[in-house]
Amino acid sequence: MTRRGRQPLARRAASVTFHAFCGLIFLFLLLPLIVVVPISFSDSTYLQFPPPRYSLRWYREFLGDPNWLDAAWRSLKIGVTTGVMATALGTLISISLVRGSYPGKSALEQFVMAPIALPSIVYSVAAYKLFSTFQLVGSWQGIALAHTIHALPLVVLVVGSSLRTIDVSTELAAQGLGASWITAVRRITLPQIRPALVSAAFIAFISSFDELVIAMFLGGINVTLPKKMFDSIMYEIDPTIAAVSVLQIALVVIVLLVIGRLGTGVRPTA
Amino acid sequence: MSTIALPFKARSNEGRQQRFYLLLAAPGFLLLAVLFAFPLFDLMRLSVENGSLSHYHQVLFGEVYVLVFANTVKIAIVVTLLCAVLGYPVAHFLATAPRWWALFGLLCVVLPFWTSLLVRTYAWMILLGNNGIINRLLVGSGLVERPLPLMHNELGVTIGMVHVLLPYFVFPVYAVMARVDRTLLSAAEGLGAPPWQILRRIYLPLTFPGVVAGCTLVFILALGFFITPALLGGGKVMMLALLIEQQVSQMLNWGLASALCMVLVAAILLSYWAMKQSARRGTA
Repeated sequence: MTRRGRQPLARRAASVTFHAFCGLIFLFLLLPLIVVVPISFSDSTYLQFPPPRYSLRWYREFLGDPNWLDAAWRSLKIGVTTGVMATALGTLISISLVRGSYPGKSALEQFVMAPIALPSIVYSVAAYKLFSTFQLVGSWQGIALAHTIHALPLVVLVVGSSLRTIDVSTELAAQGLGASWITAVRRITLPQIRPALVSAAFIAFISSFDELVIAMFLGGINVTLPKKMFDSIMYEIDPTIAAVSVLQIALVVIVLLVIGRLGTGVRPTA
Repeated sequence: MSTIALPFKARSNEGRQQRFYLLLAAPGFLLLAVLFAFPLFDLMRLSVENGSLSHYHQVLFGEVYVLVFANTVKIAIVVTLLCAVLGYPVAHFLATAPRWWALFGLLCVVLPFWTSLLVRTYAWMILLGNNGIINRLLVGSGLVERPLPLMHNELGVTIGMVHVLLPYFVFPVYAVMARVDRTLLSAAEGLGAPPWQILRRIYLPLTFPGVVAGCTLVFILALGFFITPALLGGGKVMMLALLIEQQVSQMLNWGLASALCMVLVAAILLSYWAMKQSARRGTA
């Protein structure tokens, strides 16, 4: 009887330990994001925490510096181009891989996933020669192309798994009623996988917007935002970069909210 | 569906349909062939320049390179183990907590995951530096006399890498845990199994495929890490990706760099193969 009486207590202790452990890890995960915010509003040139006084000084610094704005604009251009190209090409590949049944399909499936496992440092070294032959080194289009390669598998992963969950018969029914294949896909299939398309485009955009190594190798003197941040951390560490960081976190939160509104797979639904 | 039963016309239609599907994927695959496969073959050729294996000889027997490779593997293993130990309970929390708590937990994992790597690394530098927040708190409260060396060493690199890679472990494990039949656990509990036994004999084996997938993902990504060791290591922690960058941009030694790249790729393929093997054994 005593054993039975002690069991719930032991269980409760285990439960408290478990939740405390999880809480600590959540703190560990959020800590860097939390400390950046007050530092970005600091009035001091030094990284003091908590800051002696608050101001918008470093945000003004960022918005008033053409070098920072230039880098941000270039990264935005590259990110949007990557998002559009990777989503378009990746969706076509996904339709082909999910619906088709031709010889060599599984080999092609592995091939399209390969860039995920290849470290970007290896890809940068490999691609440099080819890109310089086509005079793409130092151009934003070159970086966008290389980023598209790395974003393709992410798009195929997201769009492909969404395509597998929808019923192909609705598409066939539309065709049976006289719609062309294009119309059936445009009016029946694509609307059903729209949330996946939105999150795929966002994932592709972020993967490019945040990418440093490829942009460093292929960018030449045209620095992207991550490269400018890297240099700034290496050589002139001041709170400007904290302001940039907060703006980036805000951008991600806004886009996540937008995706949430469009109904997405990022939420914890299986 | 058997193709033999179909009339001739339908079969040729089927063939046309399949050719059409192949055509759909063509632009993407063409881009991959030109911008991905070709450069990799080129890199392989570069690593055996003039038909000699001298670069590989240097990489595989040169003391410096062997040391860097061993160091990279060591850090990757430590990071993978830490991610597994920290990530497994978190994944369980996400899979079992009440709705709003699970959502909060997911936010804690997803938000840093989507935050720029440079932002997070920079934040860790603010936290871990000699004048950083953690050291000020420790010195200020009198717990330590001098600031602890938390950065510009392997400890700092490990902390930063675990922070970046933890979500990559949590997601696949969470996906598997969400599908585990909870009645099995209740049954074991009803039959009097203590929690430790339930974890070891039922929950771990059931979630093993997720753990293997998560560990492989973290390990492979850790092998090729660049930004975190570059910034938090402060030039004192050498990893393979840093060495490759150094060979290219400082030594202009493309041949050696490409051989190092090939070694890195081989290590990744090997760990991927090992995962396939252990996953197969897990299901058998």
